[in-house]
Amino acid sequence: MDSGGILGLTGAETAGALESGEIASDEVIGAWDRAAASDDLNSWLWLPEAREQEEATGAPVAIKDIFCTEGIPTTAGSRILEGYLPPYDSTAVAKLRAAGLPVLGKTNMDEFAMGSSNENSAFGPVLNPWDRTRVPGGSSGGSAACVAGGTALWALGTDTGGSIRQPAALCGIVGLKPTYGAISRFGMIAFASSLDQCGPLTTNVTDAAMLLSILEGRDPLDSTSTGIPGGIVPPEGEDLSGLTFGVPRSFLEKGVDPGVGDVFERSLTEIESLGGTVVEVELPHAELGISAYYILAPAEASTNLSRYDGVRYGMRVEERDLVEMYEQTRSLGFGREVKRRIMLGTYALSSGYYDAYYARAQRVRTLIARDFETAFEQVDFVVTPTSPSVAFEIGEKVGDPWTMYLNDLFTVPMSLAGIPAISIPAGLSEPAGGGPELPVGLQLAAPAYGEQKLLNASIALEKSIGFEGRTGEVGR
Amino acid sequence: MNSPDAEFEAVIGLEIHVQLSTETKMFCGCRLSFGDPPNTHTCPICLGHPGVLPVPNRRAIEYALLIAAALGCEVAPSSIFHRKNYFYPDNPKAYQISQFDVPIASGGNLAGVRIHRAHLEEDAAKMIHVGTSGRIQGSDASLVDFNRAGTPLVEIVTEPDLTSGAQVREWGQLLRATVRQLGVSDVNMEEGSLRCDANVSIRPKGSDQLGTKTEMKNMNSFRFLERGIEAEIERQTGILRNGGQVVQETLHFDPATGELHPLRSKEEAHDYRYMPEPDLVPVAPDSGMLEAAAAALPELPEAREARYRDELGIQEGAARLMSVETAWAEFFEGMLESEPEIEPKVAANWLTGELAAELRRQDDISLGSSPVTPANLARLVGMVQAKRVSNASAKDVLVKMVSEGADPEQVVVGEGLEQISDSGELESIVDAVIEANPGPAGEVLGGNEKAIGALVGAVMKEAGGRVDGGEVNRLLRERLTAD
Ligand SMILES: [Zn+2]
Repeated sequence: MDSGGILGLTGAETAGALESGEIASDEVIGAWDRAAASDDLNSWLWLPEAREQEEATGAPVAIKDIFCTEGIPTTAGSRILEGYLPPYDSTAVAKLRAAGLPVLGKTNMDEFAMGSSNENSAFGPVLNPWDRTRVPGGSSGGSAACVAGGTALWALGTDTGGSIRQPAALCGIVGLKPTYGAISRFGMIAFASSLDQCGPLTTNVTDAAMLLSILEGRDPLDSTSTGIPGGIVPPEGEDLSGLTFGVPRSFLEKGVDPGVGDVFERSLTEIESLGGTVVEVELPHAELGISAYYILAPAEASTNLSRYDGVRYGMRVEERDLVEMYEQTRSLGFGREVKRRIMLGTYALSSGYYDAYYARAQRVRTLIARDFETAFEQVDFVVTPTSPSVAFEIGEKVGDPWTMYLNDLFTVPMSLAGIPAISIPAGLSEPAGGGPELPVGLQLAAPAYGEQKLLNASIALEKSIGFEGRTGEVGR
Repeated sequence: MNSPDAEFEAVIGLEIHVQLSTETKMFCGCRLSFGDPPNTHTCPICLGHPGVLPVPNRRAIEYALLIAAALGCEVAPSSIFHRKNYFYPDNPKAYQISQFDVPIASGGNLAGVRIHRAHLEEDAAKMIHVGTSGRIQGSDASLVDFNRAGTPLVEIVTEPDLTSGAQVREWGQLLRATVRQLGVSDVNMEEGSLRCDANVSIRPKGSDQLGTKTEMKNMNSFRFLERGIEAEIERQTGILRNGGQVVQETLHFDPATGELHPLRSKEEAHDYRYMPEPDLVPVAPDSGMLEAAAAALPELPEAREARYRDELGIQEGAARLMSVETAWAEFFEGMLESEPEIEPKVAANWLTGELAAELRRQDDISLGSSPVTPANLARLVGMVQAKRVSNASAKDVLVKMVSEGADPEQVVVGEGLEQISDSGELESIVDAVIEANPGPAGEVLGGNEKAIGALVGAVMKEAGGRVDGGEVNRLLRERLTAD
């Protein structure tokens, strides 16, 4: 099989061809190494110059640069970690390696996963393969762009408030954020520890399930990890009969671009045509999600990022005394958005403000989790558009943090509730200002540990929607 | 100068950090060490690398439960860890994982001093400042040794129930002995495995308001702490008596000069921005763990002192020494075990009186490093009790036991120190002495009781000390009043 043939296989097909001996390990790795090297979207922060012989059982995986990889540069998209070589592998990467899936390379991202456009990377923005003047979404922008652009078969990302689902939607691929605790966070550089969760970005639902089945599991190195009871098997589903899908109409009124709205309504029709029932549900507190999230996540980030002080690793600006060294290292090492969130979080945790901000936001979080519990008494899934708009132009929102934050309006509530949610491509739509059509994502959320059900419903929808991906211009 | 006089009284509370002697650190698998080469017991977790997560040490939780049981604390069904945020090179994550509003243990009491709380946390790394100042200001460079970073600590906080430096020393020693007895810490103040801070304030006697307190940090012995507190009480009393106001600050007491120095107040102006630690789940000890802690509780010094005093009739000083100093208690218990028939009170006197004095006299040998074993001392006491040797001879034997590690049986037999138990032999010596000393004998006969001393001395000398003074006395009286 030639290189092009290998690149055209899905994850499951690649594994099958390797197992039957139809193709060899080094052919697969070589084909993907060449594909990755051909990237012109700034998807990659690191690709190997040479490889030792590796026995692969499947295609190598693109790893978001937030996962520590032993001896391989890991920056989290930040200057402050430039040159840092982790002395250990994150559990997620170790599990992939153990399953015979090598590291293809490390992908670009918003600095410390803070962003929705990948414009906050210290190493330059990533371009959307559908339109190079537009963002791929963020923070797992590199992981989404390389998969959509055909320079990787599949990728690992992390999702704190939408950082897997939103870029997957904007790039027209599948992105899954599992239940909080399903996959170990050990070795995943922390942004907001109580929200961060690792997950796959793939071209199809079956591949997402395949990666999830390898990654999930309780890890003794992560006290908050639980795994998924019962594990994950290859998803199956032809129709949606007997399943109920809840649409939080009043929440969606908070602002969806008309084009995105049209695709979403078509998805609902698709669900019904597959035998599913669509009903309306209330998530009365979901609209407070963004506000609560932008207290809680920065608060946790402000303490998580305090360790980057120039003392032990990474960047250090030499100064006359300790305090100046701290100040200069952190002033020059962190980008604007990271500093903004550190300031927000520090303020929210300060003595005298804790109850008004942090404690209150925690109460909102509890209310949102309860909203979902109540909704799931009525329905099997909650469905929304993944993002209010299709991919926007580079530079369009970067000057207005609040507008940028609203990108995560529909993804943040699931993160706060700790429940699994997937974004699958639902169709194409013109951007609000006109132009070539761009992908729209459909988000499905399920109760905690409902990943298998979520994947089964997603695969039925995937087949019937028949989204083709972008053909011709990129990779395959 | 040791009391704030009749006008004022001191109010003192303590914060004691106990380093737990677990095999590994609080949140990672690195071994605990003391005195090993710097940075040889570290890993990505205790160095605060990106992406690492803490996993609590179960043994440390068990040790904390033991301390809680020993102090009579209530254990929280579910306690949580917080992050205490501050920047300093000894704090690798820039936050210390500690318990804040829900500690593992609260309430409790030790010897009348109420325990406010006890909580688990991790220790900081150790900093060495290169240069003349010895402090970070003005140093040429600062080095960090992360071997200590992440060592499990239990911080015990008392209520302000103490009133003098001497009481603090005594209570501190009792607490140290209690923790040592649990086997959960080395409690060595010089090595820093026990650290004690004191909050001191003064108020008019009888007042129920607390005065402004100062904090005295990190004294490396309870004696120094006692002196520091007494100096601080005197200083505060002087301020109040002159109509001044005590300023809240942290002080360092220099035992060499006896002076108190304020530590920089800037260093303490912290807002720690406490936040629940999202990387850890609550500590929820199950009933099995609680029962195991209760069952593992040994006899503690406070109870042991009471038993020694009340049940064994040992005098207070000896009972205190043998309960606060575990080595002495173990020695004493060892004596009773090897010679069960000896009188505990006598054994205690020989141990804390004669042996202690002889150890001091011979180069201040410590009990642990002396060659005298509990069995040997018990044998000697047994011989005295059986009147096989006299008290005087026994003391000579003890000298040889300390200096040469001699076996008491061998010394007594080898040097012929066995008491003359043949009454015929003793009687003939007595008769001979009366005959040779007609003067004193006559005086005794004439009613001068005191004159008998010279005759007793003469008999003892003649018998080479191998006789019991009381027996000699009895025989002399018998002879000198019989006619
Ligand atoms: Zn360690």
